[in-house]
Amino acid sequence: MAQTLTGRVWREQPQRYRMIANKDTETGEIYFPPRLVAPGNLDATFEEVQLSGSGKVVTFTIIRVAPTPYADLAPYALAVVETEDGVRLTCQLTDLDVDDVKIGMPVQFEFRKLYDDNEASVIYYGYKAVQV
Amino acid sequence: MRDVAVIGIGMTKFGELWERSYRDLFVEAAKGAMKDAGVDNLDSMYIGCMSGGLFVGQEHIGSLMADYLGVAPIPATRVESACASGGTAIRSAWIEVASGLSDVVLAGGVEKMTDVDGGMATYALATAADAEYEGFHGATFPGLYAMLAHAHMDKYGTTSEMMAHVAVKNHANGSLNPNAQFPAKITVDGVLNSTMVADPLHILDCSPVTDGAAAAILAPVDLAKSMGLPIIKILGVGMATDTLALHARKEITHLGAVATATKRALDLAGVSINDIDFCEVHDCFTIAEIAVLEAMGVYEPGKAGPASMAGETARDGKFPVNPSGGLKSKGHPVGATGVAQIVELVKQLRGTAENGRQLAKANRALAQNMGGSGGSSVVSILEAM
Repeated sequence: MAQTLTGRVWREQPQRYRMIANKDTETGEIYFPPRLVAPGNLDATFEEVQLSGSGKVVTFTIIRVAPTPYADLAPYALAVVETEDGVRLTCQLTDLDVDDVKIGMPVQFEFRKLYDDNEASVIYYGYKAVQV
Repeated sequence: MRDVAVIGIGMTKFGELWERSYRDLFVEAAKGAMKDAGVDNLDSMYIGCMSGGLFVGQEHIGSLMADYLGVAPIPATRVESACASGGTAIRSAWIEVASGLSDVVLAGGVEKMTDVDGGMATYALATAADAEYEGFHGATFPGLYAMLAHAHMDKYGTTSEMMAHVAVKNHANGSLNPNAQFPAKITVDGVLNSTMVADPLHILDCSPVTDGAAAAILAPVDLAKSMGLPIIKILGVGMATDTLALHARKEITHLGAVATATKRALDLAGVSINDIDFCEVHDCFTIAEIAVLEAMGVYEPGKAGPASMAGETARDGKFPVNPSGGLKSKGHPVGATGVAQIVELVKQLRGTAENGRQLAKANRALAQNMGGSGGSSVVSILEAM
């Protein structure tokens, strides 16, 4: 089903492996994933930045009915996390009891296996967050 | 721009319709709308469809449906804005008639969702979110709205019981709709004790997976008058977009695209939200109905949950919401939903809603259709002339 070609996986590696974002040199706004233009400014210029490795839970859920690639992992906690640089992203929370997750909980990011696609023999890695 | 009216409506029953194909669903709804309007020709057609490719392995919907409706060689265009595809078809048809380019245009919507298993349906629906930055990490649609719900509970004190009241009210309305997929009445305890899908959303907080189609025929008001048809005028249509990813919004509980689309539609119509008698809104999840009513300005942020619990949005309340049963009870064939909302508005505005669900006051109404977790929204305002 979720057939993913290796080119598509490889393109996202800077974001998934090292959380590379970009920063508008004029406004200081940080975008993750990086953007080619800033909202309302086609001529914006950017510099590459790496996101802070920690943040806090803005909101969360516990996924009990999972999509096929994550069926064996359910129930798992999924959250919107705001990094210390003010960037928000969606990721799984791991190494915790899902009933302990709270809004405002401090977390830090770790490099983890996400899932594998047996059909394409590709293992997908990326960021997950753990409780500090 | 010319004034535009809806002169005909049609829809299939919504449900798990294993005996009927994708093309048959669309043709049944479109034929019904053409018969209702008394037209046997169309100038053009727009078809809202979220994912023929993933649900039935079929693209090139415009050609397929024009062929099987027997109206080729008219121009026929498939439009897509996830679950707001139907509303987008209405908007496209409205623009084409208003511009003077065409006179009789069909806006339809169709989705055939039960030819695939649950895992594939979940995957197909999740493509309406950011595939690389939400779906990849295991987000599902119930999961995204569940995160919106948790944020809403945290910020405003909204409760699971308030959300359950939305489901109970919509099923009570749907029990009177002959086309509804799940017409059974439910209770607040029943919702709260149903299986948890994505905390805090239970299965009975969620709209179902549905097969179905709906269609509406749009024409200039002047032509409708000359045909002697009841005039249901389109006062305005507004569409807006927002960030695709839920996490990218400054305020997670605020559906910005809904607010902007509503303002655009109201401005075109020259009326305020207080001038609307009732509405159909995109209750894909119970929390969605609450957040939408707040974004549209019907209620202040945080007030729609208590109002729902107090019965204000029931058919006999001061602002009836989803008299059709909504997506929750009527069913949610994603591409068809926005058009089915217009079908209900027209029935109510004509005074012909079935089984005693006709509202006492129905002169001006609003339909709000939404894509993804709020990445797009289309709002239409109709009035009986």
